[in-house]
Amino acid sequence: MSAALLIKNARIIDPASDFDHVASMLVENGRISGISTDSETGTPEGAETVDARNMLLAPGLVDLRVFTGEPGHEYRETLHSAARAAVAGGITSFVCMPDTEPVTDDGAVVDFIIGRARENACMNILPAAAISKGLKGQEITEFGLLKDAGAVCFSEGRKSIQSAAVLRTALVYAKNFDMPVMHHPCDNDLKGNGVMNKGLFATTLGLGAIAPEVETIPLGRDLMLARATGARYHAAQISCARSVKILEMEKQGHSNISAGVSINNLTLNELDVGQYRTFFKLDPPLRSEEDRQALIAGLNSGAIDTIHSGHDPQDVEVKRRPFAEAADGAIGLETLFCAAMRLVHGGDVELKTVLRAMTWRPARILGLQAGTLAPGAMADFFIADLEHPWVNSEETIISRSKNTPFEGARFLGRVMETYVAGKRVFRHEEGS
Amino acid sequence: MAQQYSADTGMGKTADPAFHPLFPHKHLLAISQLNQHDIINLLDRAEAMIPISRQPRKILPTLPGKTQINLFFENSTRTQASFEIAGKRLGALVVNMAVKTSSLNKGETLIDTAATLNAMQPDVIVVRHGAAGAVELLSQKVECSVVNAGDGAHEHPTQALLDALTIRHHKGMLAGLTVAICGDIANSRVARSNLALLGALNVRTRIIAPRTLLPAGAENLCHEVFTDMEKGLEGVDVVMMLRLQKERASNPLVPSEREYYRFYGLDENRLKLARPDAIVMHPGPMNRGVEIDPMVADSPLSVITDQVEMGVAVRMAVLDALLNKDRGENEGERE
Repeated sequence: MSAALLIKNARIIDPASDFDHVASMLVENGRISGISTDSETGTPEGAETVDARNMLLAPGLVDLRVFTGEPGHEYRETLHSAARAAVAGGITSFVCMPDTEPVTDDGAVVDFIIGRARENACMNILPAAAISKGLKGQEITEFGLLKDAGAVCFSEGRKSIQSAAVLRTALVYAKNFDMPVMHHPCDNDLKGNGVMNKGLFATTLGLGAIAPEVETIPLGRDLMLARATGARYHAAQISCARSVKILEMEKQGHSNISAGVSINNLTLNELDVGQYRTFFKLDPPLRSEEDRQALIAGLNSGAIDTIHSGHDPQDVEVKRRPFAEAADGAIGLETLFCAAMRLVHGGDVELKTVLRAMTWRPARILGLQAGTLAPGAMADFFIADLEHPWVNSEETIISRSKNTPFEGARFLGRVMETYVAGKRVFRHEEGS
Repeated sequence: MAQQYSADTGMGKTADPAFHPLFPHKHLLAISQLNQHDIINLLDRAEAMIPISRQPRKILPTLPGKTQINLFFENSTRTQASFEIAGKRLGALVVNMAVKTSSLNKGETLIDTAATLNAMQPDVIVVRHGAAGAVELLSQKVECSVVNAGDGAHEHPTQALLDALTIRHHKGMLAGLTVAICGDIANSRVARSNLALLGALNVRTRIIAPRTLLPAGAENLCHEVFTDMEKGLEGVDVVMMLRLQKERASNPLVPSEREYYRFYGLDENRLKLARPDAIVMHPGPMNRGVEIDPMVADSPLSVITDQVEMGVAVRMAVLDALLNKDRGENEGERE
């Protein structure tokens, strides 16, 4: 039995219940006991008290798309280093993608990840299992056994299933076990040798172009299959304006369908690639400013449900190459929250909407009792100073890989403390 | 100093590099990074280099003791030979390196090779690579000057300079002319460099290509885009043909060579639509009977061999402009 904890005077936002008031929150035995707006609330005997005046207190973030290097590529990121990076960004749960070595397509690998996470990680790591064996897109994996082992969803990671028949089988079989399928829609044939958004900028750089159809055609296919099967389908990441339109049409009345967007596609655009900067080489690619604006509108309209970091650690070796030959991906656990605050400070999205897309919505999609401050919920939360200015620099990055698209970026808003199951797992030290 | 060169080479005063404004760049990576003055500076310098190659003693020793490495990750005969001759006619030590690479470790090789070559203290590295941006990346890893001899579908700056020099030679000036670039624009670094250069010098540019060979935003790269070759050729001063890339195995963007020739091949009848004094250009190597009729390629209007000659002059000028920046202090050393 751990001692009680009382957080006082914080602006507490719980998107699950639309709560947004200055209040106190009591934590007992690792769970939330209650929230009170009565400033006269007494402190329970022996409770530790934290005065969070002028601070935000929100449920710990739930990140649906994180790549680690464990097992197989520990030099990029271990579960331990990913967890440390995550809590520094206010993330208390993340789904780790199955693109491991060996591929997470077997109960033993799921079991390994859960065991390693329990030993080494200070937060909740939730393994996603591969949809297809070896991520080859041909035969579905043992959904039932993988669920029993502890997989929270099925995902093809960086890959995209090209065969509609295989995806339909996966959706039907996943429904059998009431498991969500998260899928990154990408037509490999149409993508060809494309490496950045199709447009004048790609043309002047002489880089192969990725047209919006690379995403919209398989997205349309996926949504029709999701509607036909009634399975829980999550479009893992979308990037173009047209995809938002398609989701608005196809989602209506279908609560089994949801969609996510990377914080990178919400806050950056194709021009950030500049002169072949490979830290901005992402999949899906950074799109045009019109696309970015449409994604923000989609977040506001509800066409897009979740925001994720897409954390994808890559070492220097695979990034310091000519653009077309460099690896895709950027890290993002530590900057997810503060990058999202850019949308809030810029007046694009309300704070509550941004928080909901990173807490309650992703938790609901997974069917987890997380991402909320409801009484009885696990006390996973963070405290942030929304007015704290800082500059992101390579030296202070906790992740083992340094491929951040926000190198040297100025942020307003910073996570000061993070708690998992009522225990403080991160505290920002000034000067670090 | 001018007299020294005259005595040595029989050259006029303009061949003296000191006569020209300082070229304010360390590397030549892309035409799009140059302004009008830079371009004209290089063209004037190249103009002065032309007679060197026409005289019996083909040497203007402005680069003795300098080391030039030609680093070609892609096969090339003419461009590499042109850079080699240019360097040697300036008295530089020229080393050719052809790097065979498997597609798997290309990038690794590039950075590793850059570090290795850098340690050998070259003064300039001339690089051709199959990936856009690769030459710029390499330039960040070495201390010497770097010249882009073609990077993927991005740029081929010396080709655009030699094309401009050829046009200026035949037409006397560039501004006000209309130039049509015809062919595989989408995959052509030659087209990108030429459009950037001609645009900077107030030349009217047209693109002519089937829609499958037009890149996104083509209308922003030039003044007019044509998919009908006849219409596109009307009244132009210069017809610049591009080589049709035949390498693409799956999903070819053009169904056959004979169909391409039928609609986009430059034959005598089509050429008549251009101005009577129009010149025909091609960066080579040509696919005769695919993008160009052999009769046209060998006709008096064709300036294709002139382009090759101008290529040497342009590359001499570029090497000299990049490497001869400290001539003021080193005047004594030239004795």
